[in-house]
Amino acid sequence: MTEDKNKDFSQLKDTDPIISYEQEESAELTELNSTWDNIVNTFRHNHLALIGVVIIILIILAAVLAPVISAYDPYVQDLENKLAKPSAAHLLGTDAFGRDMLTRLFYGARNSLVIGLIPSIIAIVIGTVMGLMAGYLGKTADFIIMRIADICLSFPSLLLAMVIMYTLGASLLNLFIALSIINWGMTARTVRAETLQLREKEFVEAARSCGVKRSTIMFRHILPNCIPSLIVIFTLDIPSAIMEEASLSFLGVGAQPPEASWGLMVSENKDQLTRAPWVALIPGFAIMLLVLAFNFVGDGMRDALDPTLKE
Amino acid sequence: MFSYIVKRVLTAIPILLGIVLLIFLMLQVVPGNPVVVMMKEKANPAVIANLTERMHLNDPWYIRFGRYVWDAMHGDFGISYKMKNREVSKMIMDAFPNTVKLTIAALVVAWAIGIPAGIISAVKRGSILDNVVMTFSLCGISMPTFWVAMLFQYVFAHKLGWLPVSGFSGFQYLILPAFVLGWSYSGSIARMTRTNLLEAMHNDYIRTARAKGLKESSVISRHALKNSMMPVVTMMAMQVAGMLSGAVMTETIFGIPGLGRITVDAIKNRDMPLLQGSTIFAAALIILGNLVADIAYSFLDPRIRVS
Repeated sequence: MTEDKNKDFSQLKDTDPIISYEQEESAELTELNSTWDNIVNTFRHNHLALIGVVIIILIILAAVLAPVISAYDPYVQDLENKLAKPSAAHLLGTDAFGRDMLTRLFYGARNSLVIGLIPSIIAIVIGTVMGLMAGYLGKTADFIIMRIADICLSFPSLLLAMVIMYTLGASLLNLFIALSIINWGMTARTVRAETLQLREKEFVEAARSCGVKRSTIMFRHILPNCIPSLIVIFTLDIPSAIMEEASLSFLGVGAQPPEASWGLMVSENKDQLTRAPWVALIPGFAIMLLVLAFNFVGDGMRDALDPTLKE
Repeated sequence: MFSYIVKRVLTAIPILLGIVLLIFLMLQVVPGNPVVVMMKEKANPAVIANLTERMHLNDPWYIRFGRYVWDAMHGDFGISYKMKNREVSKMIMDAFPNTVKLTIAALVVAWAIGIPAGIISAVKRGSILDNVVMTFSLCGISMPTFWVAMLFQYVFAHKLGWLPVSGFSGFQYLILPAFVLGWSYSGSIARMTRTNLLEAMHNDYIRTARAKGLKESSVISRHALKNSMMPVVTMMAMQVAGMLSGAVMTETIFGIPGLGRITVDAIKNRDMPLLQGSTIFAAALIILGNLVADIAYSFLDPRIRVS
């Protein structure tokens, strides 16, 4: 019994977030390279994260090669073949307008990937600049920026996105704007918190006493130290953006027909649930697969890069 | 303690005002005269001009904003454009109890699944069971709500015929939506419970409890669990606020006449006063949720108050 307990405890210690963090830190002291080796190693030994990477690569390939690998046009309707069951001609069947489901899934992947990436990039850039300014400049800048962030974070994100889309009208560009607005606040908060700690460190003080410009200190001295957290936030922003686009399109304020968007495909075919359930359920499964893959990778990144960021 | 609460309440007020201003300005930008929307474009110009004047729509925005805030503070959010003569505040108050019912039912589901799952996988850390539970909970987080809803509808309503597909006229109508909404939250509750429990297990008082020779089960239930649940409780307070302020998807799909549903309807009908009122109400709920969570937290953990 006691042996058993000991074993259990040592196992705990082995992967203990706090201890592995210390290990990383000590590695950092001896040699900078080995930190990155550690990170790569931790990530490589995370099977789920690797599965995630494979799924993402496959989906990217499908999206890029969509016109090459599919024999159908995603927009041409073929009413004679509507709601066809999965067969050799149509591997996943056809939807209510006779369009090939698999082809539309490939084209929908383009939509989801672009929607996942671009707003996340915009959000992370805005969030980082705002967080750095709030943390380093302090006072008025801090107050104003963080109150705006508070306001954006006080909304249920889907609701805010809906109102923005309602105001601006449904289009791809407006979708980028809406998703960026609802996602930048979290980045700003994290970067600000890190900046507040870093600005008291000796190397920042040293730079300051040498008369280095404030902007240089912010972007050349503090920012590089925030990059591990930023990578984690970025990989976890992507799936939430994909999910939000799907939800908005499902509700009719995101992508508009006849565009091939996974969320829109679910909503277009939701009335076929009893007659042809696969048509309604497959696009949703695709969304889950992509979001899950990004979540696997994001979790792996977090474990490898920044154990302190654990939920 | 008292000064902390006062300080916390005072910081919430400008945020709420900021939100009202943001929503107000955003909806001002929407093109088209609301009176035209109301009269369905067939009224003669004189009537439109008259009504525009009567509704004070010609005033500058800051005067209208001031008037809106003043009325809102007295519980008056204006009159719906689409539903003739219905007050927005009354519509919100009619819808709110339905959302509350759904939220409570969904919370029961989310806790009943999430907390035991989190405890099991923390206790059996590293085992196959742990991996299965954690992978499942990540799957739960990654499923779009509308998809889970359709899957459940297909299996439990269409195929098995156990439960009604949608509608809202009795307890059995609440079961499917509650499971759909609760399912999507249970994953994050399980993950959070696991992480916090594991963190608590490394503390010295746990080693002491073990050294005293306590059974592992009582070390976990009496010593570790109590100390690890605080962040989980905070998260749940925010989740409640999130659910109350708009289980938009669940309500839309299952046809539950709640807050999320009237918001979607307001967008479809271009019903500005209703949209304005329901989004502001939702945001106010979230702010209130955060406030309650913070105060509860500082009550439970005195260290928060000092810093």
